[in-house]
Amino acid sequence: MPQICIYIAQKNGVADDCATELAAAARKIDPAASIIAILSGFGPELDAACSSLPAAFSEIWKIVDKSIAYPNAELIRKALVKIVPQNSIVLLAHDHFGIDLAPGLSIKLASAFVSDVVGIEGVAGRSLKLVRQEFGGQVSTHVQCDISGGAVLTIRPGAFHATESVPVHGAAVEKSIEVGELTAKRRYLETIAAEAGDVDITKHNVLISVGRGIQEKDNIGIAEELAETLGAAVSCSRPVVDAKWMPKSRQVGSSGKTVKPKVYLACGISGASQHLAGIKGSFIIAINKNLKAPIFQVADVGLVDDILEFLPELTNKAREMHAVPSK
Amino acid sequence: MEILVCAKRVPDTSENEIQLNEAGNDIERDDLVYSINEADNYAVEEALQIVAKTGGKVTVVTVGGEEDEEVVRREMAMGASHGVLLSDEGFSGSDGRGIATILKAFVQKGTYDLILTGVQADDGAAQVGGMLAAMLDYPFASLVTSIEVPDAKKLKISREIEGGAREVSEIDLPCVLSIQTGINEPRYVGMRGIRAVASVPIPTMGTAELGLDGAKIGPAAAKVVRLDYFVPELGKGAEILHGSREENIDKILELLEAKGGLR
Repeated sequence: MPQICIYIAQKNGVADDCATELAAAARKIDPAASIIAILSGFGPELDAACSSLPAAFSEIWKIVDKSIAYPNAELIRKALVKIVPQNSIVLLAHDHFGIDLAPGLSIKLASAFVSDVVGIEGVAGRSLKLVRQEFGGQVSTHVQCDISGGAVLTIRPGAFHATESVPVHGAAVEKSIEVGELTAKRRYLETIAAEAGDVDITKHNVLISVGRGIQEKDNIGIAEELAETLGAAVSCSRPVVDAKWMPKSRQVGSSGKTVKPKVYLACGISGASQHLAGIKGSFIIAINKNLKAPIFQVADVGLVDDILEFLPELTNKAREMHAVPSK
Repeated sequence: MEILVCAKRVPDTSENEIQLNEAGNDIERDDLVYSINEADNYAVEEALQIVAKTGGKVTVVTVGGEEDEEVVRREMAMGASHGVLLSDEGFSGSDGRGIATILKAFVQKGTYDLILTGVQADDGAAQVGGMLAAMLDYPFASLVTSIEVPDAKKLKISREIEGGAREVSEIDLPCVLSIQTGINEPRYVGMRGIRAVASVPIPTMGTAELGLDGAKIGPAAAKVVRLDYFVPELGKGAEILHGSREENIDKILELLEAKGGLR
């Protein structure tokens, strides 16, 4: 079996949550794997991140360099190319950083590349069988990946759950000397925080969330009337923000807000994984014209209807009942 | 500035329900409505807005068959000066690396300051831009949501990171950027625009014209192969309400109350 390495991002001295998920994915590939965790950064933050890791790694490799105190995908790629053992399987999270780093890493390592992996079926000889999704989650595919020259895989956050395994407390090893000097053609300048917006969708018991199915900007009012009647707020999925029908501050998802209302009413939302990643522990009611929409796989209750007809009728009935909103 | 945009023709998921075919080995492709990949269309608009300020030209390229020419033509109707179709029997069955290899050969036939792709297409892989950049040894940034051109040697860009925050960087030219949807408002393309470019020749280039090594593309070189399409057995899945609309409305109001959304 090839060596498995996982790259774990860290921020302010805390290793990314997905460290346990990546370890679980590695054990799906090889239950007996000795996993090398690789972290990068500078100063006491990096050491703190290394000590915050779960006990799942036989070694922890540190790349210490002032130039990557803020993670620069180009520099970290160059560092990884120097230290990753030949023909390794390298796992990263499929997030904004993994998307930035992993495709180029696979080219420089001359390894196979599969992104956004949601399932691992196992290894047979030199081939690894994986599960991905296409068309925004409407269909899945089995993918066969030739790992004879190694592989780079990005793993969908939330797709793998921590498994029981014997705790391993690997020692931290500094690899900076092997990495050498790093220079980049892309330089980080600053991070601009998300705009606050007029309504804080993270603070509501009920969200009326609209997707592409709302069809046009003028129809947003239908959702707003319902929200007003219920004392709820209107949130949305990415296509609604892309079309400039609602501000970014109302977007739910990995690139928007993470919300946990008691009830999430998904209206005309197909349910792309990036959107679903932004809903935590809510009771989800989905209304969509397409019974095959992925949202119905994760919703608690669903109904197939046209939101443009259904929502106004729901509003009228709610008004009749003089529903009193909770805070 | 000379800008190349790599575009792909894909089944339009806002117009189609994607379903398995009867054999279960592919999606049902009859009667599918195809269009340009949404993120690629934003990339072309961004390229047009940049050259409107800096001067230069926009070229649109796609890898595919004869039927894929229509997306190149559509983007020319939008304002791209040149369009090229990279097509060869030997290209089919290429994996992401194979597609990037074909595009690299095309890039090296010209001189481009900036290469744009959409962040991802129908397969959601988000891979070709980053691969192409690494093959060319150009810097790369993904999920780009704004581009400024402070001078002729570099760009100031922002990327979409978690929670709605933006990461601002500068990046040296030439570079490859993958464009996130929503970066701009793509212009409308009417029938008149389409007609205006209906007879513009779109050159086709294959393995020979691109000087490609046939062993590095196509199925023989593919390290990654899609075996099938399937619809996974649902976990619990939603409890689907089958009542009349009135009954469903009552049920939803009940649920809102029971789950603590209402008092």
